[in-house]
Amino acid sequence: MDSHDIIILGGGLIGQTMALALDVHGLKSVVIDPVDPAGTLTTEFDGRVTAISSSSWKMFDAIGIGPRMREEACPIRRIEVRDGADGRPLDFETDDMADPLGLMLENRVLRRELWAMIQKAPHVTRKFGVTAETLDRGDHRVTACLSDGTTVTAPLLLVCEGRYSSTRDAVGINVAAWDYASMSIVTALDHAIPHQNIAHQIFYPGGPVALLPMNPGTRSALVWSLPDDHAKAAMKLGDRAFLAEVSRVTADILGDLSFAAPRALYPLHFRHTAKMTEKRLALVGDAGHGIHPIAGQGFNLGLRDVAVMAEVLVDGARLGLDLGDAQLLARYQRWRAGDVMAVTFACDSLVRLFGLPGKAARAVRRFGLDAVQRAKPVKDLFMSEARGESGNLPMMLQGLRV
Amino acid sequence: MSKASTTTTIDAAEAAHFGKLAADWWNPKGSSAMLHKLNPVRLEFIRDAIDGHWSADGSSFRPLTGKTALDVGCGAGLLCEPLARLGAQMTGVDAAPESIAIAATHAAEGGLAIDYRCADVAGMAEQFDLVTSMEVIEHVTDPADFLAALRDRLADGGLMVLSTPNRTPKSRLAMITLGEGLGAIPKGTHDWDKFLTPDEMQDLLRDAGLVAGEMRGIAFSATAGLHLSDDLSLNYIFTATRA
Repeated sequence: MDSHDIIILGGGLIGQTMALALDVHGLKSVVIDPVDPAGTLTTEFDGRVTAISSSSWKMFDAIGIGPRMREEACPIRRIEVRDGADGRPLDFETDDMADPLGLMLENRVLRRELWAMIQKAPHVTRKFGVTAETLDRGDHRVTACLSDGTTVTAPLLLVCEGRYSSTRDAVGINVAAWDYASMSIVTALDHAIPHQNIAHQIFYPGGPVALLPMNPGTRSALVWSLPDDHAKAAMKLGDRAFLAEVSRVTADILGDLSFAAPRALYPLHFRHTAKMTEKRLALVGDAGHGIHPIAGQGFNLGLRDVAVMAEVLVDGARLGLDLGDAQLLARYQRWRAGDVMAVTFACDSLVRLFGLPGKAARAVRRFGLDAVQRAKPVKDLFMSEARGESGNLPMMLQGLRV
Repeated sequence: MSKASTTTTIDAAEAAHFGKLAADWWNPKGSSAMLHKLNPVRLEFIRDAIDGHWSADGSSFRPLTGKTALDVGCGAGLLCEPLARLGAQMTGVDAAPESIAIAATHAAEGGLAIDYRCADVAGMAEQFDLVTSMEVIEHVTDPADFLAALRDRLADGGLMVLSTPNRTPKSRLAMITLGEGLGAIPKGTHDWDKFLTPDEMQDLLRDAGLVAGEMRGIAFSATAGLHLSDDLSLNYIFTATRA
């Protein structure tokens, strides 16, 4: 029987980041995932890209992979928000000297660097391609019997299995879920006019269209949210017809378009758990919350879970506490719950506000956007939220170790 | 009245009261919930004291490696277990045999080697690098004798950490009227008249040949919960070393 400080179920982007955040502080974890990502690491761009907030990036710096990815990431210097293609922009401009609002990073770059770091992390035991067959959360420790015939124990289990977490469901943590009856089409486009590091978000009653700047300067990611039937119809369009539709809804901001990646379709859900902890167990990342990707906040919210959990556990270990101690789990729950609720409902409200059709609703939205544009404190708050800086910031999101 | 070193400081009625609570001691939602909430706050103070006294690295997980430690009035081991995880070779003593039985079982099941004894500190002979006693001095029959017994257990260059409630109208309201009245603290746990003020404590320490270090308050607020504070009016925690 192999004992560790933490058992991490799920070795995706969040699970691996969690293991590394603990590793740099000397806490021992075992990461268990049925999938061995070694076979799925792609060298070609697969169209998947994530907006990483500046504070999330600082955590990547603190665990050592940030500098290795910086050249390949594209900074977002400005976000322009419009109501419909002809609306006036509400831009959140940022100073060139300050941190960018976020960095656009291809998922394959993040996967590659996390995987390389995990291989040489001294305090991480890798159990990829391995399933946890039984999980026992006892009074003193969690014991997991694995499909490779080994047994591992630790005082605490972190569930990083993503939004469809079966472990979360098995322990009876309820998820409030609803479907937006919407889907997002995601792809990457090459365009004639350079993006100048500007992200565009254009709201329509059927859902928002986002263009997010990538490297090189004439490539952007497209995230286009539409009602189910519209989205499925748009997926069936030929390349030329699809690109013509994109040009129309983006008012030709970026000039002539061509595909840099295939189109992919993702359903949009809202998921929220009031509770992120149970006896000797905590949910980290999308297992505890899944939100509309309207503002690109889902993954960043998960990284904030990681930073807070790392700080709670490192502080706890330095006090000699049992890492599954109810007081530590309560601290994690308190620290995260407010933030998750605020971001989840802000994103949900935006969807609803911009989802209302009709002239009156349009006037309200335009008035709202103009008002925000004029009110500097509100705009600053929006900007710091986009950077992931509001709330009580854990050490690792400041680029520091605990 | 003679004050031989074997004088017992244990109040039998007090020991019986805590013995009855023993079974529920490790339940974070049970009758000892307040102690579980208090534990990280005490440990934060103790960790800082350890780092300061022995120039330990604040980021290490085992700063007490190679040190011996004694917790007097250890109950079911809420403080012994963290100190053992921090590396101490740990001994816990308590007057209630029920508590010691629970403590020994809990540590064994958790894989921690802790020497638990149902004993009176006044009857012990060994010395320890770290001697702790949390919320005990207000329960003993004679605080001066108790401090002398603790002092005798302290090795050369050793560190003592004690905590106790202050005797103020606020502590009576918080700990007895509200705490015990509303059930957050088990009824009959405290006798307010036996609480010591920081000034009285300083005098007792001096008489016992000890020097107090910095005293911090353990205060409560609705937003921050229990936390270390400069407000000593409710409860205070402090270090002491040999004069």
